[in-house]
Amino acid sequence: MSRSLIIGLYLTAFFITLAAVSLVWTPYDIQSLDIPNKLHRPDGTHLLGTDHFGRDILSMIMMGARTSIAVAVVAVGIGMALGVPLGLLAAARRGSLLDEIIMRGNDLVFAFPSLVIAILITAVFGASAVNAIIAIGIFNVPVFARLTRGAALPLWERDFILAARVCGKSAFRISCEHILPNITNLMIVQGTIQFSLGILAEAALSYIGLGAQPPTASWGRMLADAQTLVSIAPHTALIPGFAIVLTVLGLNLLGDGLRDWLDPRIRVVRT
Amino acid sequence: MTLLTIRDLSVAINGTTILHDVNLTMQPGKVAAITGESGSGKSMTALAVMGLLPRGAVATGQIMLDGTDILQTSEPALCKMRGNTMGMVFQEPMTALNPVQTIGDQVAETILIHENTSKTAAHRRAAAMLERVGLPNDRFPLSRYPHELSGGQRQRVVIAMAIALRPKLLIADEPTTALDVTTQARILDLLRDLVREFDMGLLLITHDLAVVSDIADQVAVMQKGRVVEAAPTRQLLTDMRHPYTKALFAASTHTVYLPVRTASVPLLYAKNIVRDYPLPRKQLRGPRPHFRALDHVSFSIDHGERVGLVGESGCGKSTLTRAILGLEDVQGGQITLGGEPVFTGKKPNLTVRRKMQVVFQDPYGSFNPRHRVDRLITEPFHLLETPPTGMAREVEISKALQDVGLSQSDAKKYIHEFSGGQRQRIAIARALIIAPELIIFDEAVSALDVSVRAQVLDLIAALCRKRPLSYLFISHDLSVVRSITDRVIVMQAGKIVEQGETETVFTNPQHPYTQALLAAAPQLPELKHATEIV
Repeated sequence: MSRSLIIGLYLTAFFITLAAVSLVWTPYDIQSLDIPNKLHRPDGTHLLGTDHFGRDILSMIMMGARTSIAVAVVAVGIGMALGVPLGLLAAARRGSLLDEIIMRGNDLVFAFPSLVIAILITAVFGASAVNAIIAIGIFNVPVFARLTRGAALPLWERDFILAARVCGKSAFRISCEHILPNITNLMIVQGTIQFSLGILAEAALSYIGLGAQPPTASWGRMLADAQTLVSIAPHTALIPGFAIVLTVLGLNLLGDGLRDWLDPRIRVVRT
Repeated sequence: MTLLTIRDLSVAINGTTILHDVNLTMQPGKVAAITGESGSGKSMTALAVMGLLPRGAVATGQIMLDGTDILQTSEPALCKMRGNTMGMVFQEPMTALNPVQTIGDQVAETILIHENTSKTAAHRRAAAMLERVGLPNDRFPLSRYPHELSGGQRQRVVIAMAIALRPKLLIADEPTTALDVTTQARILDLLRDLVREFDMGLLLITHDLAVVSDIADQVAVMQKGRVVEAAPTRQLLTDMRHPYTKALFAASTHTVYLPVRTASVPLLYAKNIVRDYPLPRKQLRGPRPHFRALDHVSFSIDHGERVGLVGESGCGKSTLTRAILGLEDVQGGQITLGGEPVFTGKKPNLTVRRKMQVVFQDPYGSFNPRHRVDRLITEPFHLLETPPTGMAREVEISKALQDVGLSQSDAKKYIHEFSGGQRQRIAIARALIIAPELIIFDEAVSALDVSVRAQVLDLIAALCRKRPLSYLFISHDLSVVRSITDRVIVMQAGKIVEQGETETVFTNPQHPYTQALLAAAPQLPELKHATEIV
C-alpha cells in the first residue's frame, strides 16, 4: 500500500463519515436561524463558528458533504451505467459503422465545454440538485465509453478471447465474462477521479446558484455566501474551501493509489 | 590476452540471489555462448557485464573487461564505455529501435555521443557501417525509418549501432530468437564475419543449442544462476560432464514416437481458399488494393492424421488457422469438416465448431487471469447443447486434468499459480474436454523451454496412443514438426509450395523454398549421449 493510497483512503473515509453522521445527527439544526450569534469565530460552542445567519458551520459542512457525495455518486453512476456498455459495444463491433456512430457521438459531447452545458441545462430546466446531477452525469458518459473501448480493444486481440470465440461464445457473453472483469480496476480508478471532478462541478454550479437550492446545504453556495464577508469573517470562506480541496485531493490520491495497487503486473509480484 | 574475465560474480536483487559465483573467461576474436533455460541467469550475466543491472541489485566478485573492473567503475565512466568498448544487440529488433528516428540518425548517434566529430562525418561512417552489415546505401538510404524495414533488416541496423565504434566486446542477447530461420542463418553468418574482421569478442546469450553448436567457440551452460559446465564447444559436444547439460541436449533432440496412423477417412477438406485483406486506398478514387494472405490453398486432413504446417512469419499460417476455425469468412473456396462447411452465410457453423479446438502459442495470454482452472477448461462446454452439470461436470474436469498429467486439486487454482509448461497442459485439457475431432496446435510449444517442450510433445504423443487424435500442428520449428507429424505442408507467401509425408519432405525436399528452409535450420551434430536421458 502506497502512502498516497493511505492518505487518500483516510481523507475520503473522513468525509464519507461526516456525510453519514449527518443523516442522523448534526450539532445544530441548519434550518433554524440564530441572527444574534452570526459570524462567530470557531470556539467551544461552535467548533467551526457560525455564518451570517448564525447557522453552525460544522453542521453545514456535514450536510454539504452529503449533497456533494450524493450528486457525485449519481453522476458517476450515470456515466458508468451508460458509458461502459457503450464502450463495450463499440469495442465488440470495432471498425463497424456502429463503432463510428458511438465514438463520434462521444466526440460530439466532448466537443462542448462541460460546465457551460451544465449551466445551460440548469438554466433551461431550472436550478436544482437533480438537474445538476443530470448535467454532470452526461459528461461522464463519454469519459467512461472511451476508457472502456480503449481498454477493451487490446483485450480483444488476446488469445483467451480467441479461445472463447472458438468455443462459440457471442460477443455479448465475451464482453460480460471476459472483457468486463479485466477492466474493472480501470473503471474503479477512473470512477474515483470522476467522483472528485463531480464534487468540483457540483460546487461550481452551486456557487453560481445553479446547483442545490436553499435550504439544502452545499459547499459551493457556502463559498458564494461567504465571498462578501471574507474581510470580516474569513473562516466562513476558508472552511468550505478547505473541505472541497481536501475531498478532491483525497479522492485523487485514492484513485492514484488504487491504480498502482490494482495493477495486475504489480500484483503478480506480490502474490 | 584475455578480453573478459568474470570471477566469482554473484548478484542479489532485494535479498534474493540471482547469480551464484559465475566464472567465465573469453578471448578476443572468439564467440562465447551462454546457454540455459529461462530464469537461469543468462541475461542477468550479460547485463552485469554491461553494468546495466536493475535497481536494487547488489553484485559481488569481479568483471574484468579489457583491464577495467566493471563493478568498480562509476556510472559516468560506464557510459563512456557502453557503445565504445562494449556494444549490445537485443532480442527484439522491433522495440530496440526508436520508431520516429531514421536508421542513419540512430547509427550516427552512437558515434556522436562518444566522438567529437561533425554530423556529416558521423553520417558518412554510419553509412559505411550499414553497408558492412548488409544494408547497401542505394537500396537502404540513411533516411529510412525502422517501420520500412523487415525484422531481419532491423536487426542488422541494431547490429550496426552496436558495432559502430568497433567495440572490443559485443554482447548479443538472443539476437535471432525473434527471427525466421532463413533470416537467423544470415544474421548468424554476419555476426561470425564481424567477429573475425574486427577481432572483437562476441558474448552470445541464447537458449538454442543448435545455434550454440553452430557458431560458438566456447559454451557455458547455466542453471538456476550457476554455471554448471563450461568448455570449448567441440569438447562439450563430445564429452558432456554435467547431468543438466546432458538433459538439456537430450531434450533439444527429443523425438517422440507416434502410434501408427489407422483409418484414412477424410475429415477436413479445404479447397482453393482465398483470403484477401483490404488495404488502405492509395488514391481518393478507384478500387481498394488487397493483400492476398491465402492464395488458392487446398489440402485435406484425414481422421487420425497428424499434419504439420511450416512456413516463416507472414506466410499465412495464422490466417489459415482463423479460416479453418471459422473465425473469419474467406473470399473464395470452401472449407468443410466432416462434409459440413465451417462457415455458413454470415455466421460460423456451430455444429462444426464443436468438432474443433485450438491450443495457442502464448501460455500466458491464452487464459483469462481472473477465472479458476475449472472454469477455464470447461469453456468449450458452451458449444454443447446439453453441457454436463453437477457431478458429471466435476468428473469431466478431473478426467481432463488427469489426462494431461495434472491433478484434480488444480481445478480450483488461478492460472498465475502455474508454470508455462503447466499452462500449456491446461490449454490442451481445455481443447480435449469436448473430445474434438480436430485440434489445431498454433505454435503450441514455441514459447516453451526445451525440457518443458519435450514433456509437452511426449504428452501429445501419449494422448495419440490413448485415442486417435487428428491435429494440425503449426510451427516454425522444423525439428519439432518432423517428430510429431505424419504429413507436412510447407507454405510460402500464402501458397502451399510443397506437401507430403513428413519423412519424404525432410529427406528429399522438392521445392527450392523447402530446401532453403531445411538448409537454414541450425542442426545439432549427432551426439554420443543424445539418447541418454538423465
